[in-house]
Amino acid sequence: MKILMCISHVPDTNTKIPFKDGKPDLAGVNFVIGPYDDFALARAVELAAQHNGTVTVLNVGTAATEPSIRKALAIGANDAIRVDADPQDAFFVATQIAAIAKQNNYDLILMGRESSDYNGGQVHGMVAAMLGLPCVVPCMKLDVAGSVATAYREIEGGKEIIEVALPFVAGCQEPIAEWKIPNMKGIMDARKKPLLVVPPVATDLKAQTVHYEQPAQRGNCKMIDAGNVKELVSLLKNEAKVL
Amino acid sequence: MAVLVFLEIEDGAVKRSSWEAVAYGSALAKQMGKETIALAPSAASDLAHAGNYGASKVWQAEISVSAESIADLVAQAADKASADVIVLAKSLMADLAAPMIGIKANASVGTNVVALPDLSNGFVIRKSVFSGKALADMKLEGARKVLTIKKNAVGLTKTDAQANVETFGASVGSSKITVKEKQKQTGEILLPDADLVVSGGRGMKGPENWHLIEDLAKTIGAATGCSKPVSDIDWRPHHEHVGQTGIKVSPNLYIAVGISGAIQHLAGVSSSKVIVVINKDPEAPFFKSADYGIVGDAMEVLPKLTAAIKEIL
Repeated sequence: MKILMCISHVPDTNTKIPFKDGKPDLAGVNFVIGPYDDFALARAVELAAQHNGTVTVLNVGTAATEPSIRKALAIGANDAIRVDADPQDAFFVATQIAAIAKQNNYDLILMGRESSDYNGGQVHGMVAAMLGLPCVVPCMKLDVAGSVATAYREIEGGKEIIEVALPFVAGCQEPIAEWKIPNMKGIMDARKKPLLVVPPVATDLKAQTVHYEQPAQRGNCKMIDAGNVKELVSLLKNEAKVL
Repeated sequence: MAVLVFLEIEDGAVKRSSWEAVAYGSALAKQMGKETIALAPSAASDLAHAGNYGASKVWQAEISVSAESIADLVAQAADKASADVIVLAKSLMADLAAPMIGIKANASVGTNVVALPDLSNGFVIRKSVFSGKALADMKLEGARKVLTIKKNAVGLTKTDAQANVETFGASVGSSKITVKEKQKQTGEILLPDADLVVSGGRGMKGPENWHLIEDLAKTIGAATGCSKPVSDIDWRPHHEHVGQTGIKVSPNLYIAVGISGAIQHLAGVSSSKVIVVINKDPEAPFFKSADYGIVGDAMEVLPKLTAAIKEIL
């Protein structure tokens, strides 16, 4: 089984997003593998181990993303491809992934349900539509037996248990697998694993950010005494008008 | 030339969020001097009500619903209507259908849009990025756009106008995904659609105390949510997890009980209109992001709060 595991390289979700000159200033921010991609990666490595398969990590990014790619290799992916480009929008990234997928026959194309930087959640659906493959999002559990996968797909207020034949695309989220932390041997091995750098294919730009803003801060929190919940009720009804 | 709005049907009726999408589409169509056409994948009791929110007509198809089939249907309807803009209310189904429509209908895609676009210099949408830590204005290129809109992206005004319902013949592919079993809570208010949300965290001390959250929620007609640790230790199911890696909500009122306010949780609730925090730790970071706060033990405060609300309702 051949798995293509697409990862994004995003600001650590624990960090604040500092602003400078009217836009996010990410120079001093720690970057990580996208948290949803990290869940998918953990499951990809487990599935490859169960089915004697391989995991190829794919990232569309500049050389600055290589620490995240090496981490994915340290977690257990076999090799990696980096499309050497600044990921401009979802369509651009999806076009690159689809181009790589067309050159190789992958049984599974996995990624997170969305990246935690631009929160678009578009890439999996675009890749699936470009390749004419089914797409399972949000995928919360994934098992493969022969050429058929069984998955849990989240729906509003619950989940569906679904079956789908390989190959397909899935956008994953917890609890598909526990995040994996690389061990020392994994980190050493990762240095020697192949990382292929390829140029991007040309494509149109569909979206570009023209302006950033920091969300408005809430005013001071009005504190109410625990013995006086009636005051809170009155404020919610008469001041905030939400009851 | 038109704005095309996709209607999601649930239990034989149009979802309320889809009416918001019609209102959004109509407000946009007005600015652009175009017509609003609603598109339904199947029959529903209230399709003509699309007129209440500004649609001139409804095209009603009869398809088996999946993200793939919706994408095929919308692409065909968009061509027939020469649609410039396609609007869907955000949902788990629409989240996947929209990027597929982007490819099939050759449209640029904007997801999680929070307001009407700015048309003064192209087509610029506003959305939250970095999981709510920043807002971005994004310019969408090309002649056709597809948008998913978040709850409360536009006000819902209603008239008595009715829309004509016409049959729309579509040929859509069948989904290669087979649903074997569906597990869904019934009769509860769904978290992503809720106007009011009550969430509990580890401060609730255990799942056996959740009736306190549920009592308050039931009293005010709220959906219930929880923090990530609570869903991780299986006190509550994953579909109630509110936060960066769970469901992002934007209700009118969010009441957080026993949740300290980790940055990942805040990312999921920051677009709520009013936030109330109840926590026994006065140093809980959540108070800094709240409008109203009570320092106190959840087990004592919750029953009193529920009782006090019952008095005024």
